[in-house]
Amino acid sequence: MAGQRSPSDPSDRSVPRAADPYTPTSVVQAAARGAAGLRGAPTPSEVIAGLRATSHGEDLVQVLSPEGVFTPHEDFPVDLTGELLRGLYRDMVLVRRFDREGNALQRQGQLNIWVPLLGQEAAQVGAGRAMRPADMAFPSYREHGVAWCRGIDPTDLLGIFRGTDQCGWNPRETRFNSYTIVIGNQVLNATGYAMGQKFDGVIGSRAQDATDDRDVGDGSNGSTDEATIVFFGDGATSQGDVHEGMVFAAAFDAPIVFYCQNNQWAISEPVSKQSRVPLWERSTGYGFPGVRVDGNDVIACLAVTRWALEECRSGNGPVMIEAFTYRMDAHTTSDDPSRYRMAAEEEHWKLLDPIQRVRAHLAREGLADPSFFDEVATEADELADRFRTFCVQMPKPATDRMFAHVYSEPHAGLEQQQREHAEYLAGFADPAGTEGR
Amino acid sequence: MTTTTTTLAKALNAGLRSAMEDDPKVIVMGEDVGRLGGVFRVTDGLQKDFGDHRVLDTPLAESGIVGTAVGLAMRGYRPVAEIQFDGFVFPAFDQISSQVAKITYRTQGAWSMPMVIRIPFGGGIGAVEHHAESPESFFCHIGGLRVVACSNPQDAYDMLRAAIACDDPVIFFEPKRRYWEKGDLDIDLHPARRAGDAWPPACFTSAVRRAGSDVTVVSYGSSMPVLHAAADAAQAEGRSLELIDLRTLSPLDLGPVLESVRKTGRLVVVSEAPRESSITSDVAARVTEEAFYSLAAPVLRVAGFDTPYPPSRVEDEYLPDLDKVLHAVDRVLAY
Repeated sequence: MAGQRSPSDPSDRSVPRAADPYTPTSVVQAAARGAAGLRGAPTPSEVIAGLRATSHGEDLVQVLSPEGVFTPHEDFPVDLTGELLRGLYRDMVLVRRFDREGNALQRQGQLNIWVPLLGQEAAQVGAGRAMRPADMAFPSYREHGVAWCRGIDPTDLLGIFRGTDQCGWNPRETRFNSYTIVIGNQVLNATGYAMGQKFDGVIGSRAQDATDDRDVGDGSNGSTDEATIVFFGDGATSQGDVHEGMVFAAAFDAPIVFYCQNNQWAISEPVSKQSRVPLWERSTGYGFPGVRVDGNDVIACLAVTRWALEECRSGNGPVMIEAFTYRMDAHTTSDDPSRYRMAAEEEHWKLLDPIQRVRAHLAREGLADPSFFDEVATEADELADRFRTFCVQMPKPATDRMFAHVYSEPHAGLEQQQREHAEYLAGFADPAGTEGR
Repeated sequence: MTTTTTTLAKALNAGLRSAMEDDPKVIVMGEDVGRLGGVFRVTDGLQKDFGDHRVLDTPLAESGIVGTAVGLAMRGYRPVAEIQFDGFVFPAFDQISSQVAKITYRTQGAWSMPMVIRIPFGGGIGAVEHHAESPESFFCHIGGLRVVACSNPQDAYDMLRAAIACDDPVIFFEPKRRYWEKGDLDIDLHPARRAGDAWPPACFTSAVRRAGSDVTVVSYGSSMPVLHAAADAAQAEGRSLELIDLRTLSPLDLGPVLESVRKTGRLVVVSEAPRESSITSDVAARVTEEAFYSLAAPVLRVAGFDTPYPPSRVEDEYLPDLDKVLHAVDRVLAY
């Protein structure tokens, strides 16, 4: 160790600690300063974290630039019709509209919490529209856009956040699993489901019958092959379950797409806290391909996810996708991003908005006239109105709900507790509790 | 009658084989369960006979085993996952508590979770750390799980088949130091459970193992042979012990225990798990609530200490044995 300076070396004193650009901001310092960019200058470490979040590297798949210019990608071809673009535009506008309404409903006390997806509309709608009906999706808890694409009515999402249920849709029938709140758990569940698809022999049939190119209108071309897609965030990549999911998927050649929405922030922690390497590169360590796609480019997300799902259906899974995007709003309505990131960073990402670039392309190429945009805007307001009306009228669940479906088979102990609770309630003068309502 | 004498491990193997023959959706998964047949040979020969798509040698990751079993259950399979040793279940605890137990409730029955998680449990085999624990109480505290423990070959066979046929997740504890003890097994004694059959099956209730009149002694799993030895010794002294094997730990089936206590007025509860916040605690509390006026003495517990499981050279002092059980019997009778 001779020659190395120790932390107590007097020669260090020539450089004041505060001037070290790589010294992280302590929680105390951050709290004392308050909102970054408003009441004080960001620290150098915050600037570096923000710059990293705006740098996507050289391997990004993008076909629709932020200015709305389309450049085909040879590996991920897409038939860019006006109908496709208008459909994706409508999806994203409607999803953003009810997402904003969800935020407002929380602020007005109608929801306990809302988990905003603002900024991630393209990453979710692109992936959601790449799926076929027979494919299975495992969301985390921010995937309102994927839910929309799976045909789940936005009002079905409300119960979780209002506290009236824990999953307002049938995950088996919609082929969109319940939201999973423990970070990364769903990656293993999805991997197991995909293992089941493989054991069931519902992959690789196209390879056996290459002449089969029937089109039955659902994009399946007559194939009964299936795949699974699992959604998780940049923070989740640090979880053991995500690692184990990738290990198991590789070991069993499971037909699963690991779809990581890298929105740059895990509550207050930047991606640099999770990984030294770009997240998509992790796939190579497990022995399957990974692609980084512009998560704000709905066409690129659609094309790359279509490719990835087809790889899985063909028996070439798993595949990892990193959708490089940005969480424009808070982690949840309980969060305050101004404590940990700079407003300038959000301003930068506003220029990369996923919806505006599609609108620009539609307008410039003459694929939609002004009335189309007006109609979508009107439809969005109507959806928000229906969303709000439904929310405020949602009743408190009955007491029996608490005891329902804990088990599939009878359970004597629980039945006794339910009986005792009913007897306890019956002891009140007003058992139904209707007084004072 | 096709009664044979066999070991508990082989009875479990026969139970797995029977379930796999009955239902092609039953799959076995875990570390070393395939080619090796499991470190205790409970899955011996199954991969050879049923193939490697039904007996999966998994990567070495317990959360992965249980987490993927969840997805397989959603896909229509009935996974039987093996956790190699009791102390290795904790990496899977998150999946068991957060997903396995809650998915049916979260989705209000849209998904059921027909899954068995087999765990060899308990000490007494001279093992190193993490190979001799009794973690059953952790699981009993989680709504949505069922927890059972077998103690002899006949139960091992019947209970494993019933657990696999159950539409709920079952944590299935196997008394590892009794794996090689022999007993009678009649594979035709009880028919395999079919969909729609009443629940619970007889093997998922408490069983009176020996009738007696002076003191009720209750336990489960590895300690049951200890109770029988204690009852023999007590009988030589003119004391009659009634022995009850709980078998189902969650939900507890206390009907036979209450009936017995109303007769004897005295209760000793035995388990090698740490004593506080345990199965023994719950039995004592419930009996006090429901049979208070029948009790002639406080309910006593004979259990492990609230230490980590000790080095094996002193585990004999840690585990409930004949003397500890009889000491407790003496104390309740002295009241």
